[in-house]
Amino acid sequence: MGISSIWVYGEVVEGELSTLTTEMLAKARDLSDSVDVVLGSATTDAINQSAGAHGAGTVHATGDLGSGLQGVHVAAAIAAAIDAGVGPDALLAGTTYDGRDVAARLSVALDAPVISNVVDLEVDGDALVGTEPVFGGTTNVKTKFTGGKAQIALVRPKSFAAEETGGGPAAAADLATADVGAAGAAEVIDRFVEESDGPKLDEAGFVVAGGRGLGDAEKFSMVEEMAGLVGGAAGASRAIVDAGWVPYSSQVGQTGKVVKPDVYLALGISGATQHLVGMKGSKHIIAINKDEEAPIFGVADLGIVGDVHSVMPKLIEALKARG
Amino acid sequence: MNVAVCVKQIPDPAEVGSLNPETKTLNRDSKPILDESDSYGVEMALQLVEAAGGGKVTLVSMAPNQETAGLRTALAMGADDAILVSDDALAGSDALSTAKVLAAAIARAEPDLVLAATESSDGYTGTVPEQIAAVMGLPSVTFAKSIEVGDGTVAVKRQTESGFDSVNCPTPCLVSVTAGVVEPRYPSFKGIMAAKSKPVDEVTLADLSIDPATVGTAGGGQEIIEIEQAEAREAGEKVVDEGDAHERIIAFLEELKVL
Repeated sequence: MGISSIWVYGEVVEGELSTLTTEMLAKARDLSDSVDVVLGSATTDAINQSAGAHGAGTVHATGDLGSGLQGVHVAAAIAAAIDAGVGPDALLAGTTYDGRDVAARLSVALDAPVISNVVDLEVDGDALVGTEPVFGGTTNVKTKFTGGKAQIALVRPKSFAAEETGGGPAAAADLATADVGAAGAAEVIDRFVEESDGPKLDEAGFVVAGGRGLGDAEKFSMVEEMAGLVGGAAGASRAIVDAGWVPYSSQVGQTGKVVKPDVYLALGISGATQHLVGMKGSKHIIAINKDEEAPIFGVADLGIVGDVHSVMPKLIEALKARG
Repeated sequence: MNVAVCVKQIPDPAEVGSLNPETKTLNRDSKPILDESDSYGVEMALQLVEAAGGGKVTLVSMAPNQETAGLRTALAMGADDAILVSDDALAGSDALSTAKVLAAAIARAEPDLVLAATESSDGYTGTVPEQIAAVMGLPSVTFAKSIEVGDGTVAVKRQTESGFDSVNCPTPCLVSVTAGVVEPRYPSFKGIMAAKSKPVDEVTLADLSIDPATVGTAGGGQEIIEIEQAEAREAGEKVVDEGDAHERIIAFLEELKVL
């Protein structure tokens, strides 16, 4: 009984395992005695050290995938390992761009389901049970795997606390890639890094987010200026992402990023359930909105019923005066 | 160029959702609407076909009942026709089953390009487009910010955690598009009238040669074992701005020692 082996799909940011990868490793250790990392690139000493320090035994690395996309190639390599009897019982991947691709491709290769948007995991017998928030996080649904060659779960960021075990470096193992035929024909021609000042949205201690109440796209500069003043990151509601004011990568909510900063300042955001699920885990929430009935006030520790266009310039000026 | 667009008819997100405690599936009592996320894929398809100078846009959707209200919205925007897979056995389908069914329906349209939203607004698994590509054996580019069609290829800007990748992919292929990348057109009165007579090909699982036991609740490979209320967050203080709200915010941040 139990889960004999779990692989965590590792994502690498600036040469290090991503925070989400280490969060998943911490939970995987609770669920199984054998936890490894699977990587769609070559591994490095730094990655092996970090993986080991977070409790992984081995890093299975495909080597450089060149111009290939992660999803199709990593999934094929994992599926081949499972078919050869050397793969895991379960794969955890993050709810990220590449994580979703890997989980989706693997699910088809193995004809196994994916449990998505997981915020908690437990073991029941020899199956994983994933908890998934629905209806804006007001309801939790627990889903258990009942069959399939492997159990695949997509984990939402910030669901678990990363924790070092003091372990030595993980062993490095080569993971053979598999022929994917025409399905692998997409080629990455170039990679662009968009420079941004300050912390990343999902890692910032202070998040300032703007919504439709800002009035127009230009007013988003107010959100960015405030974020800059408090050393935080700027985020957005789905409404203004849909409207094309800011890119999808800035979106906080069910279909965007999950944030849990110390302080979340919501500017002109009504608080649709879609948004609340992405931010209501914040430690402290401040909301400014003209509509005193706005649902955002239901989760705010400090709610200001007022116009962001009159409150924010004064707040920004006062913060600047403090230096 | 022929484009197939996956669209989903969902309960109006403005209404409070609920789960049926017996079947553990979403209650779908109210009239479904076109998922707003899908309007970007429809608009993108219309623009690409216009730019290619010809071809057609086919909607592909599935539903346990014969609902077409959401499809008519997309047809009114300008899509040419639709394939709707309707079958009682589809109720309770998970993402993988959904992908198998949609893939079989899409194959009937023989498209050069398959478009989908990145995720639906209700189920939001975010895996269905990539699963469709895998079932069909097609290459794919997910989370597209833009698409340009070349000769037998598409050039896509794909969203990444730190920016974007430029990806080239031969057709036929699947691309999922992020919201906000194009401005969906409003259906014109003429479009709404025309949509009423546009062909919607209703097919069953049998038509697609899919065994009902492999989809829906029966084919899931997973089971909902518990539905519980999540812990609610308490509302705090609410004050009306009298011109000094900024001072109240600063005091709050000082209390937290953030300032």
